[in-house]
Amino acid sequence: MARTIVDLKRNETATVKKIEGGYGLKRKLNNMGLRVGSRVTKVTSQFVRGPITVRTGGTQMAIGYGMAKKIIIEDK
Amino acid sequence: MKKILLVGNPNVGKSAIFSRLTGAKVIASNYAGTTVEYTHGYMYKEGEKMEVIDVPGMYSLEPTSKAEAVAVDMLEEFSKEDDILLVNIVDSTNLERNLHLTLQLIKKKIPMLILLNFWDETSHKGITIDCTKTEEIFGIPVIPTCALSGRGINDFVNRIPDGKVSSLDFEEDEKWDVIGKIVEKVQKLQHHHHTFKQMMSELTIRPLSGLIFAVIVLFISFVVIRFIGESLIGYVFEPIFTKLWQPLILDLSGLLGGSGFLHDILIGQLIEGEIVFEESLGLLTTGLFVPLAMVLPYIAAFYLVLNILEDTGYLPRLGVLVDTFLHKLGIHGLSIIPLLLGLGCNVPGALSTRILETRREKFIVSTLMAIAVPCMAQIAMIVGLLGNYGTKALAAVFGTLFVVLVIVGFIMNKLVSGESPEIFTEIPPYRFPYFKGVFKKLWIRVHWFIKEAIPFVLIGVLFINILYTLGIIQFIGRITAPVITGILGLPQSAVGALIVGFLRKDVAVGMLAPLGLSVKQIIIASVVLAMYFPCIATFAVLVKELGVKDMLKSAAIMIISTLIVGGILNLTL
Repeated sequence: MARTIVDLKRNETATVKKIEGGYGLKRKLNNMGLRVGSRVTKVTSQFVRGPITVRTGGTQMAIGYGMAKKIIIEDK
Repeated sequence: MKKILLVGNPNVGKSAIFSRLTGAKVIASNYAGTTVEYTHGYMYKEGEKMEVIDVPGMYSLEPTSKAEAVAVDMLEEFSKEDDILLVNIVDSTNLERNLHLTLQLIKKKIPMLILLNFWDETSHKGITIDCTKTEEIFGIPVIPTCALSGRGINDFVNRIPDGKVSSLDFEEDEKWDVIGKIVEKVQKLQHHHHTFKQMMSELTIRPLSGLIFAVIVLFISFVVIRFIGESLIGYVFEPIFTKLWQPLILDLSGLLGGSGFLHDILIGQLIEGEIVFEESLGLLTTGLFVPLAMVLPYIAAFYLVLNILEDTGYLPRLGVLVDTFLHKLGIHGLSIIPLLLGLGCNVPGALSTRILETRREKFIVSTLMAIAVPCMAQIAMIVGLLGNYGTKALAAVFGTLFVVLVIVGFIMNKLVSGESPEIFTEIPPYRFPYFKGVFKKLWIRVHWFIKEAIPFVLIGVLFINILYTLGIIQFIGRITAPVITGILGLPQSAVGALIVGFLRKDVAVGMLAPLGLSVKQIIIASVVLAMYFPCIATFAVLVKELGVKDMLKSAAIMIISTLIVGGILNLTL
């Protein structure tokens, strides 16, 4: 299974390899400055498949679990 | 007249700049054909009057949400006019993302200026930006500002005539590369230590510490609202009514002969020869006392606290923390915002459901709000009525409503068809609110309440007086007795309050006072009044937002759950 931002540990940083969602999701993320090649740091996640909070550039955002599963990161 | 459009990402301090520029008179208008509000006002520069418009925040000109779509639409519409200036407000601590919108705005070929806002924060964050170089690259004025301290605002106003079309040219698909190059040229980063704000930011969004913090924030908010509300009532409004207004009304009562039709309408019933503002039910007594001396202080206190929470950037964090729980009710975390707004007044709450993406979410949030979120006006009256019976009685009312919220939400999540999208939101950095901006927004909301609520209260009081005089209330009381008395255990006389509840819930709760109800009956009546139907103002908005068919469904849910809950309370309390 490909690693996604859901698998990141707190404060771990990785590079985005692929975004599997449709055009809408890609554009949403792009507007926040999150795109293929971005360095993403996980800030925290909520219990029981709650939203994932990540930071990229100067922007922090919370992403629903299902969407977060679609953001694939490069292996270590 | 020259129009100045303030455009930028959400949370870049646009409203604070707006408050700095405009005078005391700020207008909140509905954007043509929508229920989306925007604020505008006027500023003067060397005698020239200019209109300043605060366009709602957007991340991009290609909208990805409904709220953004309206903002973009608004911008398009205003940009068609002749003499306009775009003022792109940029968060200088987050240049890269903000420039994404800047580059899109440039393509519109409209005279433009850039404000690098939050300039004072850059040094704390180890960021240095070369303004002169940025100006050279874009070919338009770039001014560092800080709305909180007022820095740069004068420079900006002086350079308004210099606004021009940017000379920067680039291919659409190279946007991020162009941004990368610009940022590299103008910005230098130094290592910096975590600031207190950043530490708080993390602690308040982590699941465990975040929830503890949320409980503290909500508790403090509650205490502050109660303190401000009670102080305003005790030291300002009640003295005005009892010391200044009462003697005048007593004189008038004497002039009118102490009774009769006109006396009943204007002053109402004297109780043992005295005016009791809460109970007399005249236009000039209860009609003014309820909205001004009982409700307005709490409304003002509530919105003050809410505005501060909004402007510090706390609300999205709260949304993230409650997301998992709200998903069980079929909605995502940010729906907490319409629900919180609904606590102030259901009307703006219902209007703000517009930010929700799907029909299903809108339906669930609106219905939950109408059933289980009493407005501040109603809360203030319930507290006034039940407060003397102790915390237990109040807990019975609000606890019941919370349980109803959870159960009805849970059921709707299972039954309502359609989709509820996941949460997706920026978590803005914490910022100190700009107090002038907070108070301006407070004034807009309080002014709105006075304008909307007082006429309804007066109509409600007038209406009920006429119905009593004609004997209609007594008649309805008799025919609805099986439900009102049989199921809910309330006396027939309570039907008057239920009728007025369609118009104004605060007046309706107030009407329970003279009926001599038991504590149990007051609890049931308060819960029933909160649940059975929205007030007419909210109803009108809901019909517009949900459509007639969904509103009927929603109303059916309200009435059925009211009867069930009222019946259960009657049997168990």
